[in-house]
Amino acid sequence: MKELKIFGIVIVFTLVLYWGVEPFAHSQMHKHVEGDGFAYSDLKAVTVKGDAKRGETLAAACIGCHSIEAKSMPAPMNAVASAEAYGVNPPDLSMAGALLDEKYLTHFLLNPAEVTKSKHFAMPPSAGSEQDAADIVAYLQSFAPKEVKPKEAYEFACGRCHANRYGNWTQIGDVPKTKSNIKTGVDLDALKFQGNLGIYQNKLADYMGKLPPDLSIIIRARSEHFLETLIEDPQSQLPGTAMPRVGVTKEGFEKVREYLEETGDPSKPARESIGKWVILFFVGFTILAFFWKKEKWHGHH
Amino acid sequence: MAHFDENAKPFSHKWLDERLAVDTLDRVLSTEYWIPKNINFLWAMGMILAATFGLLLVSGIFLLMYYQPNTATAFDSVNYTIMSEVGYGWLWRHIHGVGASVVFLIIYIHMFTGIYYGSYKRGRELIWLSGMLLFVTFSAEAFSGYMLPWGQMSYWAGMVITNLFSGGSLHANGLVEWIRGDYVPGQAFLNRFFMLHVLLLPLAIIGLIVLHFGTLRIPHVNNQDGEEFDFEEAARLYKEGNVKESKVIPFKPVFLSKDVFVMGVYFIAFFYLVFYHFEFAMDPVNFDPANGLKTPTHIYPEWYFLWSYEILRPFSTNIGLIAFAIAQVIFLTLPFLDRSPNVAPASRRGAFKYWFWFMLLDMIVLTFMGKLPPQGIWSTVGLIAALIFMALWIALPFITKNEKKL
Repeated sequence: MKELKIFGIVIVFTLVLYWGVEPFAHSQMHKHVEGDGFAYSDLKAVTVKGDAKRGETLAAACIGCHSIEAKSMPAPMNAVASAEAYGVNPPDLSMAGALLDEKYLTHFLLNPAEVTKSKHFAMPPSAGSEQDAADIVAYLQSFAPKEVKPKEAYEFACGRCHANRYGNWTQIGDVPKTKSNIKTGVDLDALKFQGNLGIYQNKLADYMGKLPPDLSIIIRARSEHFLETLIEDPQSQLPGTAMPRVGVTKEGFEKVREYLEETGDPSKPARESIGKWVILFFVGFTILAFFWKKEKWHGHH
Repeated sequence: MAHFDENAKPFSHKWLDERLAVDTLDRVLSTEYWIPKNINFLWAMGMILAATFGLLLVSGIFLLMYYQPNTATAFDSVNYTIMSEVGYGWLWRHIHGVGASVVFLIIYIHMFTGIYYGSYKRGRELIWLSGMLLFVTFSAEAFSGYMLPWGQMSYWAGMVITNLFSGGSLHANGLVEWIRGDYVPGQAFLNRFFMLHVLLLPLAIIGLIVLHFGTLRIPHVNNQDGEEFDFEEAARLYKEGNVKESKVIPFKPVFLSKDVFVMGVYFIAFFYLVFYHFEFAMDPVNFDPANGLKTPTHIYPEWYFLWSYEILRPFSTNIGLIAFAIAQVIFLTLPFLDRSPNVAPASRRGAFKYWFWFMLLDMIVLTFMGKLPPQGIWSTVGLIAALIFMALWIALPFITKNEKKL
């Protein structure tokens, strides 16, 4: 039928147009980075077996800077004082064993600057031998939680450099609930928090070269492939960036991605559940319209 | 003084007819507004455009209730307040974003339908001209709307496009600053584009839509063969019940029933895009907040502006600006550059057939090149396509003048 032929031509031109301005243009604009599936294959396999008991003794060195809340070991300094000392707040280690790749973490303890690919990385080498490193890793894994919440993964892996204002998160923690003075409208606690955050961010910007961006809606600003390969190895997507390779596992990345989706694209579940009903409605509408048209055109040809 | 029946119940049919002539209006505008029978689904694009404009208007009103035209809060009012806090805010935004993109696809289909069937001449010049004015105002509406989320692409597209008004070697920087209200896009800039987007341009569009409909009424809609026939005679046949022999159908309900069916098919596709495939209409770069200190690696307009952007880009500044200015208005001249008296599908018009398909393909090539980085082979292809575009317009009067009369 002639009309269907015309329809086919319109569809073909539309699809060609779409292909040219979307998939094709983007394939030409962005360099292709092949992911490694969080295998960290540039690092040698660890041949020794870690001993958690021995690791516990060795980990005494860690708590000079890091807290381990899971073991009720508090941080020696608060976030702001830590940033003033090191440029950034060192992470709590409760979840390190759960979120970080074992091989990565072992090599990291031996030589943080090289393994993170971040020359000015604040942490010094912290294990004397591969055996020591493996022992500490075994210790960290011994108390790591089985299940990590998305926000916890974000806090650990990203949150000390990247705020997430849609998730109410700042580099020094959640924005606290405070009350303003009813007579003046002044909220001293909020101002204090903002002041502390400001000090932290200034120190962080000095340490990193600039303030790392807020990641509230990064899930819509970058493709999933970009985020995955960037987190796996920042240098692959942004050569020369100050961002360190964090060393998360595939599951750890999935948790981070989940959190980014919660803050940046919260309507996704609603979209997917409502969408099919709306489309179904219009399918019904179209079928009825077809019969109406048939009736109205009856006898016209 | 007209006669008013004192016994007519207020708001009854009779009461309304005496005061508003509703029967006459209904007859003139719909039940005896005659449309040729010899048409295909492309004749429904006008109603589809009207429906899409309706969707844009309604979704825009909802968005307007929460949007904040302030450089400090605009980005979050869109991306946080509307997307996360307002019930179904995401749905209105996606309808608005997808609608703004899809409306141009339909406009282009509508335009090329008109070009293919020769629906811009012999009494239909004003239909074409008012339609092209609608295209221009829709373009301005789309551009001003694109500024509002105040993302990276809003800011930098605003910077690049307003810069064009410096006129190259004219260095009319005063004009650029006057348009921006500042040296760079800022609060004054955002506020005025907000005003344009939500008030002045929609008013102009609504006015032009009325004009566009008005221009159709007397010359009537064209048909698939460009056939000229006596509408009054055809209407008489139809009213006598010879619907099979008559060459026309009434707008309501016969033409409308087909429009509604085509609209149904369109809405299935439209809402599929809204729910499952909206990325094409919402550029990722615009989800980074505006930052005047950081230029994005690639700055490109939305897809529907790419062909004219590519006419600007491959040339040196001054020539590019002149070519760009010509490209913006050249389609307005189509009814006067086409020297052939034939109103017929392009397939029967000899050389014009090739002109039509070359133009379509050339504009698609320009569109592709407009998005690609202007390097190496791409800039050469872009330059050639831009030159072909110009050459086709120069050739048009000559090839149509020599066209054999049908």
